[in-house]
Amino acid sequence: MPHSRIELPFTRYLDPEGRPLGPLPDWTEEGARLVALYRAMLRTRLFDQKVIALQRTGRIGTYASSLGQEAIGTAIGTLLRDDDVLLPYYRDTASQLLRGVSMSEMLLYWGGDERGSDFAAPLARGDFPLCVPIATQALHACGVASAFKIRGEHRVALTTCGDGATSKGDFLEALNVAGAWQLPVVFVVNNNQWAISVPRRIQCGAPTLAQKALGAGFAGEQVDGNDVIALVERLRHALEQARHGKGPTLLECITYRLCDHTTADDATRYRSAEEVNQAWHEEPVKRLQNFLVARGLWDETQEQALVAECQVELQQAIERYEAAPAQDAQEVFRHVYASWPPALAEQREQFAERIARRTQGADHE
Amino acid sequence: MSEKKYTLLEAVNLALHRAMAEDDNVVVLGEDIGVNGGVFRATLGLREAFGFKRVIDTPLAENMIAGLSIGMAAQGLKPVMEIQFLGFIYAAMEQLVSHASRLRNRTRGRLTCPLVLRSPMGAGIRAPEHHSESTEALFAHIPGLRVVIPSSPARAYGLLLAAIDDPDPVIFLEPTRLYRMNPQPLEDDGRRLPLDSCFTLREGSDLTLVSWGASVHETLQAAAALAERGVSAEVIDVACLKPLDLDTLEASVRKTGRCVIVHEAPKSGGVGAEIAASLYERALLDLHAPIQRVAAPDIPPPLYRLESYYLPDVGDILAACETVLDYA
Repeated sequence: MPHSRIELPFTRYLDPEGRPLGPLPDWTEEGARLVALYRAMLRTRLFDQKVIALQRTGRIGTYASSLGQEAIGTAIGTLLRDDDVLLPYYRDTASQLLRGVSMSEMLLYWGGDERGSDFAAPLARGDFPLCVPIATQALHACGVASAFKIRGEHRVALTTCGDGATSKGDFLEALNVAGAWQLPVVFVVNNNQWAISVPRRIQCGAPTLAQKALGAGFAGEQVDGNDVIALVERLRHALEQARHGKGPTLLECITYRLCDHTTADDATRYRSAEEVNQAWHEEPVKRLQNFLVARGLWDETQEQALVAECQVELQQAIERYEAAPAQDAQEVFRHVYASWPPALAEQREQFAERIARRTQGADHE
Repeated sequence: MSEKKYTLLEAVNLALHRAMAEDDNVVVLGEDIGVNGGVFRATLGLREAFGFKRVIDTPLAENMIAGLSIGMAAQGLKPVMEIQFLGFIYAAMEQLVSHASRLRNRTRGRLTCPLVLRSPMGAGIRAPEHHSESTEALFAHIPGLRVVIPSSPARAYGLLLAAIDDPDPVIFLEPTRLYRMNPQPLEDDGRRLPLDSCFTLREGSDLTLVSWGASVHETLQAAAALAERGVSAEVIDVACLKPLDLDTLEASVRKTGRCVIVHEAPKSGGVGAEIAASLYERALLDLHAPIQRVAAPDIPPPLYRLESYYLPDVGDILAACETVLDYA
């Protein structure tokens, strides 16, 4: 039996069918805000579907889908202020889109081009690129938050990771220093139940991942990660705490990875169709849609219009992505150092010879 | 020129004081570096001079210090992080290799990582287990990092200031064996030294002795002993191991035709191998003898009773010199 039984808050406002379980937060009275959340979630899902299709037809490389986890990033992207800093992992399509990272930039990144992480949008220019090594970004967030604190700025660093990442030293070291220094940082754990093939139950012996914050001296809580109302409510609170010097928060968002780990993975090897089918009943987009329809805020005509609008946007993004001229091969040297060290000039010359040789070889064919 | 003499340790401290006074973005962080002034006292007085916001005692986690510094650097601060001993740095490798070294590259210059990692290195001070490592080659192998090892107070001062100025991550390793040896006059004039050049410490015509860090000390002694026998040895302190100033090394070896490389780190895969291979690529036909390496064997640094055997000494260097001088 797990050793520690700690009662932590779990917040959920909507049941899986989108019916309110009780009174809702006041801000939900504004229909436009709910519709905006829905639009962002559906836009993310449609983008995600399209990217997978592009991968299947060889037009981009391996991609990590966010299917089923759109509500988490939507809440993050909606609530972060312009001068806050997002330090995402690789399932943050929703939050990055809301930060202004363009679809064509995301396609460039997954399509094997570093320029995809050189975000043009002013909002996103201070954000970190998505982080592939697990949990390392949690420490960067603490460094960013330390800089805010040193300079006396009321800004927040928000970082995300999956359930597997909470097993890593980086994550625990980040919680530790965030607690010790009361840093303006928010940790959002996307607990989608699976770290590739390793299920949550054997990832960690603690009953919740949120309780790891308690060991570091600050608040941790669970939220229904498929209920965007609950996410917005609790994340807003966490951001306010951090912004006003009241320290960090860990939000464990309970959701489910409806997709494979990446397009290179086959989840049928390690989990049952029955489990996945069950999880589909809890998914966040349909849940909010049901709620909006019941409230009279959304209908089939609006749905169709939004889908059509997103399809146009997607098509334009794909065209921009595919029209982007390839980087010159010599660009591989350009940003390794602020300027390429003269002491390594010979390597660059040899590389130029390699390129010339291959170009000539291609000409002869 | 002031006559005040400084040890290498005091020169590091002087450079840190100067860098922090010159630029408010410079922050210093690490274990025991604040109130205690560092276990070697390299950061002595910084807390009093610049306050706790800029001189930061961290929790005890090397990886955390590195990750935190990356976040700070991306925000425009210039963190100078201390890892208490090089033997404790390995926990931080993922942060250094996967992030510090490539944040600029992966964002096409949008985010950068101007941090300096200071760490004492090397054997010879009768320290406990894991306190005597010379694993500079691990870092010299990583694109995007610079690796600097000073071997005198003046070079420690000028190179550390340049490292803090540098817009990219610099691994700055301080040989503990030299920390308190041979104080030298030093002008606190803020003058930087280049981060991509060797230093020719002694000119000569018969052979080239190449070294860095604490071994420079024995290498200079060997050159003096050779001079007494009428052999003219050029001595080059590599100082910057990445990027490597091969032009200076090549020019010297073309002139002398003979080369001995001396380093404290284990032989296999050491930076000496990189230097030797590059010199063979560039100057094979000017060599009168095979390049020799004087290094530690491929063993962990022994505990202190046997550590003197681990370290190359003057006799070992002279033996290698005889080999290249006597070669057909």
